[in-house]
Amino acid sequence: MKLTRILLGATAVSALLTGAALADPAIIYDLGGKFDKSFNEAAYGGAERWAAATGGSYRDIEMQSEAQREQALRRLAESGSNPIVMTGFAFMSVLEQVAPDYPDTTFAIIDGVVDLPNVRSIVFTEHEGSYLVGMAAAMASQSGTVGFVGGMDIPLIRRFACGYAQGVRAVNGDATVIVNYTGTTPAAWNDPVRGGEITAAQISQGADVVYAAAGGTGVGVLQTAADSGILSIGVDSNQNHLHPGSVLTSMLKRVDNAVEAAFTEGAEMETGIHVMDLAAGGVGWALDENNDALITQEMRDALAAAEAAIISGSVVVHDYMSDNTCPISVD
Amino acid sequence: MDLATLIQILESTLRLATPLLFACLAGLFSERAGIFDIGLEGKLLIGAFFSAAVAFWSGSAIVGLMAGIGASVLFALIHGVASITFRGNQLISGVAINFLAAGMTVVIAQSWFRQGGRTPALVGDARFHRLDLPFAAQVRDVPIIGPIYGQVMSGHGILVYLGLVAVPLTWWILYRTRFGLRLRAVGENPAAVDTAGVSVVRLRYAAVVITGVLCGIGGAYLSTSLAAGFVKDMSAGRGFIALAALIFAKWRPWQALGAVLLFGALEAMANQFPNVNLGFVTLPNQFMTALPYILTVIILAGFVGKAIPPRAGGAPYVKER
Repeated sequence: MKLTRILLGATAVSALLTGAALADPAIIYDLGGKFDKSFNEAAYGGAERWAAATGGSYRDIEMQSEAQREQALRRLAESGSNPIVMTGFAFMSVLEQVAPDYPDTTFAIIDGVVDLPNVRSIVFTEHEGSYLVGMAAAMASQSGTVGFVGGMDIPLIRRFACGYAQGVRAVNGDATVIVNYTGTTPAAWNDPVRGGEITAAQISQGADVVYAAAGGTGVGVLQTAADSGILSIGVDSNQNHLHPGSVLTSMLKRVDNAVEAAFTEGAEMETGIHVMDLAAGGVGWALDENNDALITQEMRDALAAAEAAIISGSVVVHDYMSDNTCPISVD
Repeated sequence: MDLATLIQILESTLRLATPLLFACLAGLFSERAGIFDIGLEGKLLIGAFFSAAVAFWSGSAIVGLMAGIGASVLFALIHGVASITFRGNQLISGVAINFLAAGMTVVIAQSWFRQGGRTPALVGDARFHRLDLPFAAQVRDVPIIGPIYGQVMSGHGILVYLGLVAVPLTWWILYRTRFGLRLRAVGENPAAVDTAGVSVVRLRYAAVVITGVLCGIGGAYLSTSLAAGFVKDMSAGRGFIALAALIFAKWRPWQALGAVLLFGALEAMANQFPNVNLGFVTLPNQFMTALPYILTVIILAGFVGKAIPPRAGGAPYVKER
């Protein structure tokens, strides 16, 4: 009896000690893995930036299979990591189960909404970023026809399409926006061949700038655009380097900023829905040495003015997901 | 629809039909020999991955093609060992091949390249270049022949032409050689072939190896000619559409070419016109995508002639003692 009590006490003390020693933030990467050149890698970049700036350390886990989600999340929570950030909407259902069991731990989920008191749900305003690249597309287009290649036909992707079409029309009211979706199954995210053929079809209809919001399918879109000598626009991370001189710009989703902010604010971060919009530096367009020559001064000025107008609220970009309609047809 | 659009659709048809054609001819050899193969999809995928990976390292599309063929043949042999030597269920073995390929390609790609299951983009000679057929530029202005030869036929990767050559070759092998006769016989009545003193096992292994080679070429075409690199699951169901085309063609080579061109044309049209407006009704994109399968079901249901598979298909051959 006494021995048991001592043992219990010792366990409790050691648990407290480990908890105190390891109150480090943690991040879980989704299936693509830490170095996926996209979403997860952006999150990794944000975490590393935080570590470099503060000298702190953090824990991370790369998911290897769908079944590991809950296990990984619980393991980090048990070990006392706080806050815990996860990348991707796929964590939503698991987090709904796990978060109530650890009320003292703060969780942050990117791209998903979980309505629990200790969860920060980080969402991005992709329509605003798409509006900006739509403006750039319309200004770069010679033919007055631009294209959009979406991945799977879901409301999220229509939000990209709708913002893009609005941006195009804001510059050139007569412009034609050709909208294609690759498919209606998850296979649509990973079909570069189909993406390339859709791009070729859009080119034959006169498109000379094509925006790809289609995951792995976008690789084929950018490739065909480069092969055919037209411009393309990348998505999520900066894809300008893929085909320098052909990728006009990329619509950036600043997952890195979201992760860095969550780590910096730590366990005391504000929970609830956290909108990473243009004003918060959540979305934007990419400018680097690969596309410096493609973006004219006129475009820079126009985009800067539009950014200011959106931030101040004088221009409101319609969000497709707010009412599932778009002022410009994106069917 | 103007001429330029029509040409674009025909051009796109030819490109989209080529991977289907290789997979369809691959299935034709296998199924004509009595080995059902629903693992075409997996073999396309593994071929696509290894050709892209090796092409990236070697900087040569040809070397990549060889690697893709090698990997695909290896997978075909796994199917062969399971279903010929160990007389396992051919459908289950085929499903296993598909799962194995889908998982393995991503895991290996991640471990080698660390780009989330992709290979790096291929540039220069690591990809098959577009070939201009001789005199394509000169005949471009000739009416009818000009657009067809100069634009639709010319300017594809060499594998497209290889696929077109493979059709008469397959026909010739199947119907004009001793090997072809035996191959067809072994799919209809293996016991008769055995009685004639010809090895059923050897013939069937030869058939699955040919299947592997053709799938490997089809996969290489996907990743090193149409696209520039491997992306996970990039075969995107083409192995299954090829199976549908095979049934549609009733296991005959020339008809297989017709079937894959039809299916390729449907996909090309779906890309060009996402929603087809017929005046009284608008056909959604999904309908066009589903059309190959709908047509196959119609054929299978016996509305347009009867599709009779090789009689010994799916059954492992057990020698009488």
